[in-house]
Amino acid sequence: MIRSLIVAGLFILGVSGVAGAADAPTDPQIAHIAYTAGQIDIAAAEQAIQKSTNQTVVDFANLMIADHKAVNDQALALVTKLGVTPEDNATSQALSQQAADKLAELDKLDGAAFDKAYLDNEVAYHAAVNSALSTVLIPSAQNAELKSLLETGLQLFTEHQHHAEMVAAEFK
Amino acid sequence: MRAPHHMLKACVVVAALGLAVPAALAADYVVVIDKMTFGPVPAELHPGDTITWQNDDIFRHSATARDESFDVDLPAKSSAKMVVGDAGSVEFFCKFHPGMKGILVIAP
Repeated sequence: MIRSLIVAGLFILGVSGVAGAADAPTDPQIAHIAYTAGQIDIAAAEQAIQKSTNQTVVDFANLMIADHKAVNDQALALVTKLGVTPEDNATSQALSQQAADKLAELDKLDGAAFDKAYLDNEVAYHAAVNSALSTVLIPSAQNAELKSLLETGLQLFTEHQHHAEMVAAEFK
Repeated sequence: MRAPHHMLKACVVVAALGLAVPAALAADYVVVIDKMTFGPVPAELHPGDTITWQNDDIFRHSATARDESFDVDLPAKSSAKMVVGDAGSVEFFCKFHPGMKGILVIAP
């Protein structure tokens, strides 16, 4: 679901393999998408901290906030330095809409059901973002520093994905 | 009276050497953490050597021994020094990012 929405968003941008390099997202759009993706995971973590009573889940959520905030702070510092204004776009909007729906869906759950749904979504969400990073965002980035930050992000989010899988396995 | 004095002196010298020798031979190493990875660890480590864990990432990490012999907190862009403990093979990892790991091999 998440993956398909991100893919759908990227298609709206016209960045499928068929569309060619001319339609790839621009650096201001990439910066916006990456920042939005980070903020979404922070919002999900804040919800988890508010709702969960499980220490493992709360610890994981706190880690997500710290790590994603670090990347986003770095992204903001970079765009400021480069004089780039992040540009809203269809992919960011699709991500935000999907995230809002997910927050509402998870809000209805409590206890173990919430914990499991949050962790499962963390696995799926990080997998989808990693896929977008490696297939579209990183190859399309023009600025070397932006590309490098996205690569660091991919390494971090891949670790998060595996970490989430590990924690989720305890909640089966 | 002289003999005991000399003996005492000799003992002090031996004791001082005994303490000073390992300290003089102890080596200092740096292990760099960058882009979510522990860099190469020293090939030859001995008890009493020091390792400075240098975190170049923008994320908080830790260097944590699986056998709990050390647990070094490493906020973003920070470094911390520790003294290498007893001989043996010690697996370590980052407790925030469990996929990050390595092994220290400490020779006697």
